[in-house]
Amino acid sequence: MNAPVLTRRHFTGGLGALVVAFSLDPNAALAQERLPGSLQNNRKLDGWIRIDPDGTATIFTGKVELGQGILTALAQIAAEEMDLPLARVRMISGDTRQTPNEGQTAGSQSVENSGTALRMACAEARAILIDLAAQRFGVPADQMRVADGVVSTPDGRKIGYGELKPDLNREATAKATPKPPASHKIVGKSIARFDIPAKVTGGLAFVQDMRPVGMLHGRVIRPPRYGSKLDSADDTAAKAIPGVVAVVRDGSFLGVIAEREEQAIKAREALRKSAKWTLGPELPDPARIFEVIKSLPSKDATIGVKQGAMPSNARTFEAVYTKPYMSHGSIGPSCSVAEFKDGRMTVWTHSQGVFPLRTELVKVLKMPAAAIRCVHVEGSGCYGHNGADDVAADAALLARAMPGRPVRLQWMRDDEFGWEPYGPAMVMQAKAALGGDGKIADWQYEVWSNSHSTRPESTDGTNVLAGWYLAEPQKMGPPTSPPQPAGGGDRNAIPLYDFPNQRVVHHFVQDMPIRVSALRTLGAYANVFALESFMDELAAAAGADPIAFRLAHLKDPRARAVIEAVAKKAGWKGGEKGDGTRGRGIGFAKYKNLACYVAVVAEVEIRHGRPPCSPRGRAPRPRTGSPARDSRPSARAGRTRAVTPMRSLPASDPSPRPGFPLAGARLPCGGTRAR
Amino acid sequence: MAINLKVNGVPRSVTAEPDTPLLYVLRNDFELNGAKYGCGLSQCGACTVLIDGQAVRSCVTPISALEKSEIMTIEGLGSIDKPHVLQQAFIEEQAAQCGYCTNGMIMSAKELLDRNPRPSEPDVRAALASNLCRCGTHNRIIRAVLRAAQANGRT
Repeated sequence: MNAPVLTRRHFTGGLGALVVAFSLDPNAALAQERLPGSLQNNRKLDGWIRIDPDGTATIFTGKVELGQGILTALAQIAAEEMDLPLARVRMISGDTRQTPNEGQTAGSQSVENSGTALRMACAEARAILIDLAAQRFGVPADQMRVADGVVSTPDGRKIGYGELKPDLNREATAKATPKPPASHKIVGKSIARFDIPAKVTGGLAFVQDMRPVGMLHGRVIRPPRYGSKLDSADDTAAKAIPGVVAVVRDGSFLGVIAEREEQAIKAREALRKSAKWTLGPELPDPARIFEVIKSLPSKDATIGVKQGAMPSNARTFEAVYTKPYMSHGSIGPSCSVAEFKDGRMTVWTHSQGVFPLRTELVKVLKMPAAAIRCVHVEGSGCYGHNGADDVAADAALLARAMPGRPVRLQWMRDDEFGWEPYGPAMVMQAKAALGGDGKIADWQYEVWSNSHSTRPESTDGTNVLAGWYLAEPQKMGPPTSPPQPAGGGDRNAIPLYDFPNQRVVHHFVQDMPIRVSALRTLGAYANVFALESFMDELAAAAGADPIAFRLAHLKDPRARAVIEAVAKKAGWKGGEKGDGTRGRGIGFAKYKNLACYVAVVAEVEIRHGRPPCSPRGRAPRPRTGSPARDSRPSARAGRTRAVTPMRSLPASDPSPRPGFPLAGARLPCGGTRAR
Repeated sequence: MAINLKVNGVPRSVTAEPDTPLLYVLRNDFELNGAKYGCGLSQCGACTVLIDGQAVRSCVTPISALEKSEIMTIEGLGSIDKPHVLQQAFIEEQAAQCGYCTNGMIMSAKELLDRNPRPSEPDVRAALASNLCRCGTHNRIIRAVLRAAQANGRT
């Protein structure tokens, strides 16, 4: 292990850690000089760094570990700029009492924002340490050398960071120059992640593993469907189960607390049987879901318009692609531990944003923010907005009923599949005209989608589930769509290909028949799937090789380079054809249309009579390429799907199950795309 | 009622209903974090432990059935300081994203290597086919198991 990251001390809330006030009103920051990354809204150096007397550095970040390795990456950045070995950097992350507020850990922006802030803040802290040592020894600062947290003079006098006791309670200036990449010793190296050893040995690794003294176990009883009202809940049977200590009801929110976990689960079943509900509105017919989405009111925006000459001899093509609702499908259902003690609420949570979560808890619990502390502890992978925030609110509501006793609440599998926000279903309709020269002369594209972000910290109402079901309910926050160029449902809807005529329409559908929010890349992968599939259709119609066809429509040199690189790596032969069960294909995108370029070649084999994603089916062999000039980390293929989850209209879903989607998520596989 | 179990070679006793799933006793009474609740339905494999050498889903296995059995959890394999060859291989291959499924992957792999010390890649795929990973770490996991098998062969 490189550094201790998750320890008991971390779990019990930083015992012995100095608490420093550093936050600044973001509005006040507007009048100040713009600082890089998350320094802009968290401007005090000691908000990011503390030098402990033993010479170690404690680094505070508002970004949290989701299994992406961010705490290891940020520790590398800090250690590099501080000239400290990694083992002497300690990370504290996502704690409303201790760390900067960096909003959500989402959108692949943690290195960009937190890493930038830490790089600049640590470079400045190092410069301050050097100045202090220079003053002490009476030697010019530019003659001092630093290694492993020790500053030394040319004649060999040395002093450690801990002895220098720097005062970092000051505004960052971002004037210190960080190290040039060429001199990096830790950044740029593949460092083993800090969190993995505990995860492979049964260590304390997840919020699910917390076990504070006196802990009770909670469970919640959710309605049969959205928007239902609880008329009555006879708790006689539940309370007769040994170990049950409380049944908690607030309006239509219903939960139970027991001494033992299996007792809480049995009591949940008993309450589920006795609860009487007035049912909310019926869900739309899953067989017609895409028609329903297209028929709902939408805010429409036309983007990416180009107008040029149209050839007279063009042939036109049309295709519709669809993406079903998709569960995040976290392997571990969401979990939280909450404790209400002396009028204060502490919530241990795997939320992606502890500060936004606290904002919602203020509304749900009707408690002041100062009395609520949210502390991040890892959970199962989330891939976006799953039940993490909701279960934290549930746990807090239960804990409030049992002051002084921590309550651990892990959702059951059906809670997660039934109630987490899904990745939205989408419809993508593409039309194109192919000129006599074999090139695309016109591209018309429309996408229908719900919001891809209903995360906490809503501007109105609340975005945690329990809030909507209380005796004094909050309304759901308004759906939002991030603007272009990053976009939401329209993310990556504007092609990077050069077409003389082009029109892209984003139908932002406001009503949400199914609760939805952020799932990996928002609308991008449905749009890229549609765009790239339609490119293949058009290449086939033009009798062209799919790679050559793409290159013929691309001027962007980096886009061309990544496609050429992947073709070379894969040994792509122009005009190669599959044999009916086996073949290869290419996909290309630029992440969010503003970050790294990615291309992938996938080899796919379909065995008759067996689902292509069966564990026994043969795996595709993906190859990725990134152009040599690309200075970003090599674009990882991520998961290459042999068969994508998209379906084309008219969709012929073979077996829409009753109760969809509450009966559980169907992991997407086996969809076919045909016009 | 008190039920006697043998976990990682150590006799343990727990007072719980006989139908209590082993998973909750391991986690809450014996404070063993390795086995994880994923589905409670024997579908995902996150709760896998070895019972008399067989990979078993602890979320659906009642403790009353286990009084004569040897139960092994991932904590019984090794520790951070003295990792088992499989644990070491998972660290070396960095074979985890979130790591929530890792317990089940390692325990299923342990059963495989015990009966087949030099498995082929298809053997590993088959042995892990019913352990789910949602992060997409499959290729690294397979490499880790093959690495552990190779390390076994050298000792």
